[in-house]
Amino acid sequence: MPQMNMVQAINDALRLEMARDPRVVIMGEDVGKVGGVFRVTAGLFDEFGDERVIDTPLSEGGIIGAAVGMALYGMVPIPEIQFSDFIFPAYDQIVSELAKYRYRSGGEYPCNMVIRTPVGGGIRGGHYHSQHPESLFIHVAGLKVVCPSNPHDAKGLLLASIRDPDPVLFFEPKRIYRAAKGDVPEGDYTVPLGSAAVTREGRHVTVLAYGAMLYECLDAAAKAAEQGVEAEVIDLRTLWPVDIDTIIASVKKTGRLVVVHEAPKTGGFAGELISLVCEKAFYHLEAPPARVTGFDTPFPYTLEMEYLPLSHRILPALLNTAKA
Amino acid sequence: MIAAAVTRTEEAPNDTIVRVLREDGSLDPAHDPKLEIDEVVHLYRHMVETRIIDERLVTLQRQGRIGFHIGSLGEEAAIIGSAFAMRQQDWLFPCYREFGAALLRGFKLQRFIDNMFGNANDPVKGRQMPDHYTCKEAHWGSISSPIGTQMTQAVGFAWGAKIEKKALATLVYFGDGSTSSSEFHNAMNFAGVFKTPSIFFCRNNGWAISVPVERQTASRTFAEKGVAYGVPGVRVDGNDLFAVIAVTRDAIRRCEAGEGPTLIEALTYRMGGHSTSDDPNRYRAADEVKPWVDRDPIERIRRYLERNKAWDDNLEEALREDVDKRFREAVTAAESTEPPSLASMFEDVYKKMPWHLEEQRDELLAGPRAPKAH
Ligand SMILES: Cc1ncc(C[n+]2csc(CCOP(=O)(O)OP(=O)(O)O)c2C)c(N)n1
Repeated sequence: MPQMNMVQAINDALRLEMARDPRVVIMGEDVGKVGGVFRVTAGLFDEFGDERVIDTPLSEGGIIGAAVGMALYGMVPIPEIQFSDFIFPAYDQIVSELAKYRYRSGGEYPCNMVIRTPVGGGIRGGHYHSQHPESLFIHVAGLKVVCPSNPHDAKGLLLASIRDPDPVLFFEPKRIYRAAKGDVPEGDYTVPLGSAAVTREGRHVTVLAYGAMLYECLDAAAKAAEQGVEAEVIDLRTLWPVDIDTIIASVKKTGRLVVVHEAPKTGGFAGELISLVCEKAFYHLEAPPARVTGFDTPFPYTLEMEYLPLSHRILPALLNTAKA
Repeated sequence: MIAAAVTRTEEAPNDTIVRVLREDGSLDPAHDPKLEIDEVVHLYRHMVETRIIDERLVTLQRQGRIGFHIGSLGEEAAIIGSAFAMRQQDWLFPCYREFGAALLRGFKLQRFIDNMFGNANDPVKGRQMPDHYTCKEAHWGSISSPIGTQMTQAVGFAWGAKIEKKALATLVYFGDGSTSSSEFHNAMNFAGVFKTPSIFFCRNNGWAISVPVERQTASRTFAEKGVAYGVPGVRVDGNDLFAVIAVTRDAIRRCEAGEGPTLIEALTYRMGGHSTSDDPNRYRAADEVKPWVDRDPIERIRRYLERNKAWDDNLEEALREDVDKRFREAVTAAESTEPPSLASMFEDVYKKMPWHLEEQRDELLAGPRAPKAH
């Protein structure tokens, strides 16, 4: 099996699906000749031409609005937003239009498309190149939200997302674009949306994470194990609709819960996950659930490593929750 | 009134480009802003300083000492000329490529370099990327990465002044790609409707990262985009310092006379990459750059000054040494300055820190420290 990094795996999925399905088009800023600022679409312009890999004007609202129209027509657009921080000019099109079209048209108009966008910090990008805005989209009825943590899943989840009949927001953690490497099967396969992966088994505390923070959790879990605390680390993979069964089964086993994400704490996804667990497994909990997250400040530049919930902040949360 | 200004639809297809500095070094009297020779020397110094700092910052980035830089190579006349034309009471709303204009308006070199290092003396306290500084004293806005956001704000600022009957104008910088953003259309429309004393300064430098102007617009020119909004547009040779000053002053006169906004399209060229993260060889042919080397705005002014016996090699060398020395001193000072304090991360989110931020700050201060930054 070939070894790939995240960028290569995503590129592989795009190439495969473009060859398989002539309705698929890629569109965005700099996606053509340059292959995107992170080179994720590299080579596709040469292979498929400028009618299928389209450099657009600099307008996120234009890109998403036009993609919605293409999807209504019957194409499968894969727009790229260069950084998820720049998705907000398109927020109205995503929230009011893309997410609602099927519902408000009584099911007549589906919007089959995938918005790809890099997320997250730790790359010296400062506030406007580091945000992790998933909770703002999870709150929107009608969207599916995905965030892979490794090349294998990235390819399989992207293929599943493109073939999914609903709009999917596909967040790519840029901190691990090149750092996360692994075996990626050649050819076609999918990782079903809505299925989490138990990345490390354990019996004392359940840890929920996704994207780049998964590695920080695995690191903290390894250190916790040295102190006799066995953490079960779950990679959510699809953030919404989340794999509730896997989460509840794990919490029933461990009785304890820690949720980790980079985004600010207040109104973040961790709060929602903890609520879900309280609703469905409250009497199995043996300790208050904990959140390890970014702070309720804009993402900083110089102090980004203090802002991110890295393993040095996750470890005490694991130990405290396990012992509480 | 500039002859080339496009004011009405029937006049729209007007490709005239305002130029003042002729090939032979003489000035076209029709638009000559009549600068004193000392003023030209002053501006030349700033243009050279801007270019040297640009080069040095790229080197620092390559050495891994700063994270990023986004420069103005080739666009110095457009940037310095327009900022110089603005009066002291006027305000500038920057894009991200105009540090030369900020320095000209009194932003301290040391503070700029502190921003490049994101240290404790950085005017924005290490919170934003390099080149995202602010300086209220210099009547300079705060820089945001998302494209276009400053345009409507510049209009609103000018509008406020108009309502309060304060005589000032605003100038907003943006690139050709930014004219595709919805903010451009919002800003032009508001400015046109409310006749705000504002100047739209489009640096048409040919590229928006890898996307050429033909992919941003099907208009023949950017200047003519004003027509639909009732905003006169003018095209100017952006590599001609004199011409840029002339058209900007003309736009200020229109603001003063209550005639409202002007859209200036400065034709220039982004001679370098988009930023230190970009490699232009991937998308543009090397020979595209060549003709622009001959139109280098700095060389043109140097030739003009030499012809007027106001400049020579000795002065040039002294200038370069001076900039180099000041730059090196600023870098040394910036590099030996502490990073911002941990607690500062929680300040300025609100004027008064609410309980949840106090709690999170105390938690961070009490907890374990992150491993040394990458
Ligand atoms: C809303 C938004 N989308 C995308 C980007 C990424 N981006 C940064 S600069 C740039 C190109 C800007 O081109 P232009 O407006 O012509 O200005 P120039 O850089 O040429 O001066 C892009 C696409 C961004 N900063 N903001």
